[in-house]
Amino acid sequence: MTNTIVKAINIHKKFAGSEVLRGVDLEVRNGEVLCILGPSGSGKSTLLRCLNHLETVDDGVVWIDGQIIGYEMRNGILKELPPRKVRRQQREIGMVFQHFNLFPHMTALENVIEGPVIVRKEPRASAIARAEKLLASVGLGDRGNAYPAQLSGGQKQRVAIARALAMNPKVMLFDEPTSALDPELVGEVLDVMRELAASGTTMIVVTHEIGFAREVADRVAIMVDGEIREMGPPAEVLANPTDPRVRSFLARVLA
Amino acid sequence: MASEAASSPQRVEVEALRQRSYKIVRLRHPGRWAAGVVVLVLLGLLVRAFANGQIRWGMVGQFLTADVIVRGFGTTLLISALAMLIGLTLGTIFAVMRLSANPVTRFVAWLYVWVFRGTPVLLQLLIWFNIALVFPRLVIPGIYTGRVVDVVTPFVAALLGLGINEGAYMTEVVRGGINSVDQGQTEAANTLGMSRFQTLRRIILPQAMRLIVPVLGNSAIGMLKFSSLAAAISCTEMLNAAQQVYFVNGAVIELLFVCAIWYLGGTTVLSVVQYFIEKRYGKGASQTRSRSLFKLPFGLGSANTPALEKAQ
Repeated sequence: MTNTIVKAINIHKKFAGSEVLRGVDLEVRNGEVLCILGPSGSGKSTLLRCLNHLETVDDGVVWIDGQIIGYEMRNGILKELPPRKVRRQQREIGMVFQHFNLFPHMTALENVIEGPVIVRKEPRASAIARAEKLLASVGLGDRGNAYPAQLSGGQKQRVAIARALAMNPKVMLFDEPTSALDPELVGEVLDVMRELAASGTTMIVVTHEIGFAREVADRVAIMVDGEIREMGPPAEVLANPTDPRVRSFLARVLA
Repeated sequence: MASEAASSPQRVEVEALRQRSYKIVRLRHPGRWAAGVVVLVLLGLLVRAFANGQIRWGMVGQFLTADVIVRGFGTTLLISALAMLIGLTLGTIFAVMRLSANPVTRFVAWLYVWVFRGTPVLLQLLIWFNIALVFPRLVIPGIYTGRVVDVVTPFVAALLGLGINEGAYMTEVVRGGINSVDQGQTEAANTLGMSRFQTLRRIILPQAMRLIVPVLGNSAIGMLKFSSLAAAISCTEMLNAAQQVYFVNGAVIELLFVCAIWYLGGTTVLSVVQYFIEKRYGKGASQTRSRSLFKLPFGLGSANTPALEKAQ
């Protein structure tokens, strides 16, 4: 599988005058796992949020599976899409947040079936059957009736992963999925992500877990100051970085 | 706590503590007892004053279940319920307008709140009651043509006045509730592809309810009482009915007391209902919090609620 599923060209993003992304190019193949590393404030999360249109880009274009996100190209004119069509694109892109963002007034199972039933109008019974399988696959087959407040951080994040997967996304985006977890709960979430990667899911993971990146990623991208400074197989990038800022960053996190 | 000399533990005392051979003397509160007695005496004097005052208590009991009064209370309940419904609907609509990206709708919503919160309800009721002076005829092209006085009866004027006024307060309440919901919830709904309306209805409003419902309970209690202002525009709710009776038989205080009893009964029932609704909307929140936040509002149970701080 060598076909490109995610492609971003020359992404620029400013927040209140400060440039967070300064021309990022990115290409991810179907089934590939890309880990994005970098010091905090380097624009990793913003890049991820630009890919699924949670943030609008100031310049540049994002394609996912051949569609331009948030726009439509017609006769050389880039036309902004109405919200309805943007939502249609967004539901093809799964996202897992640092702070889980589970719906607290719904049980784990209700969280997982919400998208399929409400957005895709899937019959409730079949959505429940799929959701139960998904919850079992993240090791929470018995916690479907628990509310988020009754779950540990690691369990919440695994429900969040199941919720995103329930929409059968073409790509899964992970925004620091283990950064809000107690250290002893990180492993269970990474295990689920490892299995997901092994099953051939396309994943873009913003993370601080260098070990996970080295082991699971097909490629690693390292961002500094709103640019991708290094990108390539983890063995190369993590071992012999050429960029001095990347080198100092890796020296700090690998120490 | 165990004995007076516990601060310098000697061997004998340590031994006594270990074998639990001691007696605990709890701190006494003579002050509380004294204050309680004083308050009870004062309360007794007050009750006695009213019992011996010039009130025909028999008439109070007799009119408590009189037809006019009961029917009046029915109207009071109806006005309150419908006005609350109007208020909540308007409040939700204008709250969403106030949070919209469109500056025009934002401004109109602000204007609505500014006007209707900034003028007295009684004044608004009088204006609605006399609206026919401004618009004598109501014309909906092709559907209806008629005189406004026939449409805006005192009952309708009361509904409009109370409901629209309540809506202005509800706008702020609902807006606060919506704002209290974490931005991440909207983002999660977006990534599932939910529309703005779906997000509002399924994700944001149910969570905003936790903040809105306690206020809503207080508003409903307030509305039950404020609906008595409709008596001023000759809408025959309970207070107006009572006035009509005492204009004839002169039993002013007796009938006012009858009204007070009915209002008290109504607000008490509402308080209990509010307690149970709050319990339902507390679900999903951390459990310790939902349990300690919502107490029966009469001061049954413990008066101090330190559990709130602890839960955080």
